[in-house]
Amino acid sequence: MLIKEGIRLSSQEVKIMIGLEIHIQLTNLKTKLFCSCSNNYRGKDPNTYVCPICLGLPGSLPVINKLAINFATRLALSLDCNINHQFWFFRKNYFYADLPKGFQISQYPRAGGKAFADNGKITIRQNNHKKDIILNRIHLEEDPARLVHKGSIATSPYTLVDYNRSGVCLIEIVTEPVISSPEEAREFLKQLKSIVQYTGISNLELEGSVRVDANISIKGHERSEVKNINSFKEVERALKHEIIRQKNTLKRGKTLMQETRHWDEKRRVTISLRTKEFEADYRYFPEQDLVPIEIENDYIQKIKQELPEMPRERALRLSRDYLLSEFDSDNLVIDKDIADFYEEGVNSDPSFGSEEFKQYCNWLMNNISGWLNDNNKTIKETKLAPHHLVDIINYINKGKITTKIAKTFIDDMMEGHSITDIMKLKGKERISDKNIITTKCNEVIEENASIVDDYKKNTKAIEALIGKVMGKTKGQADPKITREIMTKRLNKLKK
Amino acid sequence: MGYELIEKVKSFEVEIQELLETIYDRIEETESHLHSFVTTSKEEALAKAKVFDKNLKKGKNIGNLYGLPLANKDLICVKNFPTTCCSKILQGYHPPYNAYVIEQLLKEGAIHIGNTNMDEFAMGGSSENSCYGPTYNPWDLSRVAGGSSGGAGASTASGQTIFALGSDTGGSIRCPASYCGVVGLKPTYGRVSRYGLVAFANSLDQIGPITKCVYDSALLLEIISGKDPLDSTSVDKKVDKYTQELSNSIDKKVLGVPVEFFGEGINKEVKSIVRKAIDKLESLGAKIISISIPHLEYSVATYYLLCMSEASSNLARFDGLRYGYMTDNLSGDIYDVFSRTRSEGFGSEVRRRIFLGTYALSAGYYDMFYIKALKVRTLIKKDFMQAFKKCDSLVCPTMPTTAFKVGELINDPLQMYLADILTCPVNLVGIPALSIPCGFDNNNLPVGFQIIGDYFDERGILNIAYQLEQELNIFRKIADANKGGN
Repeated sequence: MLIKEGIRLSSQEVKIMIGLEIHIQLTNLKTKLFCSCSNNYRGKDPNTYVCPICLGLPGSLPVINKLAINFATRLALSLDCNINHQFWFFRKNYFYADLPKGFQISQYPRAGGKAFADNGKITIRQNNHKKDIILNRIHLEEDPARLVHKGSIATSPYTLVDYNRSGVCLIEIVTEPVISSPEEAREFLKQLKSIVQYTGISNLELEGSVRVDANISIKGHERSEVKNINSFKEVERALKHEIIRQKNTLKRGKTLMQETRHWDEKRRVTISLRTKEFEADYRYFPEQDLVPIEIENDYIQKIKQELPEMPRERALRLSRDYLLSEFDSDNLVIDKDIADFYEEGVNSDPSFGSEEFKQYCNWLMNNISGWLNDNNKTIKETKLAPHHLVDIINYINKGKITTKIAKTFIDDMMEGHSITDIMKLKGKERISDKNIITTKCNEVIEENASIVDDYKKNTKAIEALIGKVMGKTKGQADPKITREIMTKRLNKLKK
Repeated sequence: MGYELIEKVKSFEVEIQELLETIYDRIEETESHLHSFVTTSKEEALAKAKVFDKNLKKGKNIGNLYGLPLANKDLICVKNFPTTCCSKILQGYHPPYNAYVIEQLLKEGAIHIGNTNMDEFAMGGSSENSCYGPTYNPWDLSRVAGGSSGGAGASTASGQTIFALGSDTGGSIRCPASYCGVVGLKPTYGRVSRYGLVAFANSLDQIGPITKCVYDSALLLEIISGKDPLDSTSVDKKVDKYTQELSNSIDKKVLGVPVEFFGEGINKEVKSIVRKAIDKLESLGAKIISISIPHLEYSVATYYLLCMSEASSNLARFDGLRYGYMTDNLSGDIYDVFSRTRSEGFGSEVRRRIFLGTYALSAGYYDMFYIKALKVRTLIKKDFMQAFKKCDSLVCPTMPTTAFKVGELINDPLQMYLADILTCPVNLVGIPALSIPCGFDNNNLPVGFQIIGDYFDERGILNIAYQLEQELNIFRKIADANKGGN
């Protein structure tokens, strides 16, 4: 009986194997990977950031961007990879509308080629349990052009090509198939994003700066590769869907095929693109328009010394210096800007001790991070300053306000108001009448047509408009309500 | 000779405009027989000549080439001028930039008079694979001018230009130089920037001058050589004063005669005329020794595997989407349109090489063909390095025969490929070589003499070539371009 039950249990517990290929644009480079065109193509008119090289015009030749090698070295060191000292770039040959040369300049670990760096790992924590996610390699390659469709690819009456993105530097990070759940993948990507932020090579908040392909299989069955996952947030979703699809296929008694699938973000399903026998043969071979890249030990050492403190070391230091728990310090360091904010804050008041260190951490990680998540903002996008939290903790600890009241101050603090100002303001009549605020918003919109125009291109212009409403009401308008109304009014205008 | 004309222009004996008019008259007179040019730029060239003359009279510096005419090969980019690689697929294409070499030559006062005919994408040894039709040999119009830089060779030999540019992947400068009786130099790989040269096989291609005499060749090489930041494979190495070392004595030189270069398949008359020239060099004091290049027999196979593999990738960009020819029939998906465009746009030889190159790079064949060819390339390189331990330069024929008849080999690609046996090893190794005329055969066709040097020893081979040229003294002959039928 026992044995039979055991068999039944293990047959239900399937082992999932996930490997990820993450493409990150090195957005902090000034120029593209092989030419001197600006890297900063976002929001620019199509096909204006181009030259004979990134358009692949006949006769043009690539020249390596040395800073890209520097950035790749930084990342390789931060991920504990083994950097290859000499390698050729390789050509990956295929035809497509987004590929002006008919090949992509990339790197290849076979056929006599080498990646930029091999191996490496990221340690993740899940349910108080640590696990190393082993990397296979990282390598550099050029981004293809951007294809623009009307609506979805399937129904668009045309495809437009914007070569502004053509030739932008990508770094690809390939893991071994050792990730065992979508949650682990999420945690891995969170850590990766953090490391990338610390190295200063890319701003992953920018749209289109990240693309992920995922290999997913159930142990003992063929794998599928899901392509075109366009943000870290989508990865967990796509993985969950694909695992369910594979399990259901097996439940129905069918076999899984090795195939490439496409993640449809809008419908939240994966769609089969092609099966194994139709896989492209990329005919990789060396790109001899570039000379072999040589990376000397001295160069690696120099970059190692220039690297900032990485999240792992910083967490150790924070837990030691500020007597924080491992959990707190690990969380605190993930976003470098948050960790910088924390250190600046707690160091600004010499009277702070272990109690306050912990308090400050709680405020930052719970109340403030919660607000940032709800409002989809980063801390740098707000006017909150480190000393604001110092003040609020001191007010609470001196009994001037209760924690409950302090929490009602958060919206105002995010607008940059000091605690004393907020106290004064709260003492006065607070304008929370929607009719009055609507009138003021309308006035501001009418008087500031050019800022309203700006908003259509860049939604951050709303801050200037809210500021004007605050000016008109001497700061008495409720910031949360003002923001809601202003957003509504502007979005109406946008249409 | 270019250098003589420069002196005449400098001393106001000849006006640049007058010179250019003579050149265009000669082109008009002979072009219907030769077909060396695919596009000319008479109006712009004459206008420029006028400006140069005026500036010169004012005492202004117009550059060391003093307005002399330059015929450009149709695969080196000239800004806003049609550059088509003699292919239908590049019809209407005007590059938005100048190639590095064009930039340098214009800066030194050369005047671009037009683009010359060639085999489509430089693939061929006869200039018959041009979408505009073949170029004819100025010494015998029933024969080919050689290739792929056939237009450059024919125009230089017949007095249609003073200077010409060619490109050499497996012999494309030296072959037409040999068949047309002019001086053609292929520099060391990396000596001259390839920026703006439309790639055929990028690990082998190199631009070089085609001229009537060795001095002019040295003069142009000084101008086009050097490190170009836009070509990573160009080498940062001091450019020698080639023109100033031509008259050095060669009595300390050791010249190697590679036995395999006189083997089976090399025409007897060619061999004997080349041997006579070697005797002349010996009489000038050079020591002649016998040398072996044991892997020569593998060079044609190795060369074609590599150049076709590279070409299959280099030519992938011609899909009709951004420039050049695009099929009228847009039915089907994007791959259908690409295929149709490329089938209609490329000629048969180009398609053959793309097919074979694609095959050689394919999974399962890559190790057997491409990787194997790279290994043999290394062996051939070692042969030459061994040879240069014993001698300064190698001397041998450029081509196995003199110019053959138009149409004679067009349906026999293998025979056509085998004609590269003496030139293509030089590209595989990456060393410099030049061809100068050393005599005429019984049909009064020029015979080419090849001098091969060690890496960056252009000054060595130019020195030997100059000494031989002066000794033979046949270089002033200009082809009539009216003999033989076509």
